[in-house]
Amino acid sequence: MKFRTLLRHFRESFKNIGRNGWMTFASVSAVTVTLTLVGVFLVLMMNLNHIAGNVEKDVEVRAHIDNAANDDDIKAIGKKITEMSGIETVIFSPKDEELTNLIDDLGDNGDAFKPFEQDNPLRDVYIIKTKSPQDVIKVAKKIEGFEYIQSVKYGQGYVEKLFSFVNIARNIGIVLIVGLLFTAMFLISNTIKITIVARRKEIEIMRLVGATNNFIRWPFFLEGLWLGILGSIVPIGLISVLYYNIYKYVAPQITFKFIDFLPASPFIYQISAILIVIGAVIGIWGSLMSVRKFLKV
Amino acid sequence: MIEMIDVKKTYPNGVIAINGLNVKIKPGEFVYVVGPSGAGKSTFIKMMYREEKPTSGNILVNGVSLPSIRNSKVPLFRRNIGMVFQDFKLLQTFTVYENVAFAMEVIEKEPEEIKKRVMEVLDLVGIKHKARMLPSELSGGEQQRVAIARSIVNDPKVVIADEPTGNLDPETSWEIMNIFEEINNRGTTLVMATHNRDIVNNIKRRVIAIESGKIVRDEHRGDYGYEI
Repeated sequence: MKFRTLLRHFRESFKNIGRNGWMTFASVSAVTVTLTLVGVFLVLMMNLNHIAGNVEKDVEVRAHIDNAANDDDIKAIGKKITEMSGIETVIFSPKDEELTNLIDDLGDNGDAFKPFEQDNPLRDVYIIKTKSPQDVIKVAKKIEGFEYIQSVKYGQGYVEKLFSFVNIARNIGIVLIVGLLFTAMFLISNTIKITIVARRKEIEIMRLVGATNNFIRWPFFLEGLWLGILGSIVPIGLISVLYYNIYKYVAPQITFKFIDFLPASPFIYQISAILIVIGAVIGIWGSLMSVRKFLKV
Repeated sequence: MIEMIDVKKTYPNGVIAINGLNVKIKPGEFVYVVGPSGAGKSTFIKMMYREEKPTSGNILVNGVSLPSIRNSKVPLFRRNIGMVFQDFKLLQTFTVYENVAFAMEVIEKEPEEIKKRVMEVLDLVGIKHKARMLPSELSGGEQQRVAIARSIVNDPKVVIADEPTGNLDPETSWEIMNIFEEINNRGTTLVMATHNRDIVNNIKRRVIAIESGKIVRDEHRGDYGYEI
């Protein structure tokens, strides 16, 4: 195809948007409505996922070291843990520090533990964070088998429940998003289909005067792209403004430990990119699928 | 130019439209195709531009054997013939100019050439002053002029017209026929299916009459031959 012809297709696709004013309006509205829904859900799900991640990140493994271990043994254990796969950080916390922390954490009641400063009943501890929080259980089990490890704590029982809850929540989110996406595809492609069926005569005439299938397809392909992009403008604007304001004014009011929102700055751009891509893909897909029916291939 | 050899056409519903037809049309000829409704005229015409395929036999147009070309190559074949229909078949959302220019755009002509040539043919059919209007703003005769302009814009060797005056009043029909004569005088082969008795009897040309899927009459300067 000549470059000139490609330019012609671009020009033609823009003209068609105007020529088929109401049809364009119908398609763009369908894209707008569904993408707004998809967008709102994406924002909710991604933030929930972020919060779930925060909760998970708080999970850590505490490996208590037997008092019988000497300094070299302790170092050896530290090295062994560091060398395990999937480990993010390993922090050594000597028993003196542990006691200080305990006393500080308990506030006034902490004084009751003061007498133990002379004869500390606590153990030295390795505090381990894994790269993937879901590895915590696996890692804990392994460390339990090491020499001089007296006990391993990671919130047994509680952590398993937390993880299974977070996983279920994530899966439900994914199912919802995928379902919504399919609905969007169905709705948008159907609207586009109706608008193109109205133009089947146009396609027939084009074939009669000698237009090849590709020549006919190109402007439709581009038109679908423009429809998708046009349809994503309102959802992107709406969600960006809303999210920006929520992030700026509402988020600081919430002081609960794990709940914070994804920072507006990269997140708004990410969501916008996702929405525009979904719009464009569905627009092109719907348009090409519909034209296909009328091209005798 | 156009040749049909032992052509038969049976539709899937069992109707035999064309039943063993042989014909030869030479370059530069002007041929009327006449016959009662349902005699097979339309099928005969449609097979010439490969809208219908014969069930058996061969059709040659411009040296191309139509039954054997693939569907995807049909548009390429059609670039060498012009077509005019009873219902004009204009793109309703395109202006007069754009409708005619489209036929040149599909064969990737230079924009300057398109501009020049389109105005030239619009002038030839006498509708240059309405180039920027939409088909819906024109009368039937004017729309048919646009369709004719489109059919000849690429200088085809053959123009096929299926009842081009079917939707027009007598006076407009004569005007359209003048244009067709002009086109034929320039050397373009013209095949025209028609029900218009006056035209056939007054502009005397070769007449092919089709009945029950066969040619029953083929006269050099014939009459319409049917009573209305």
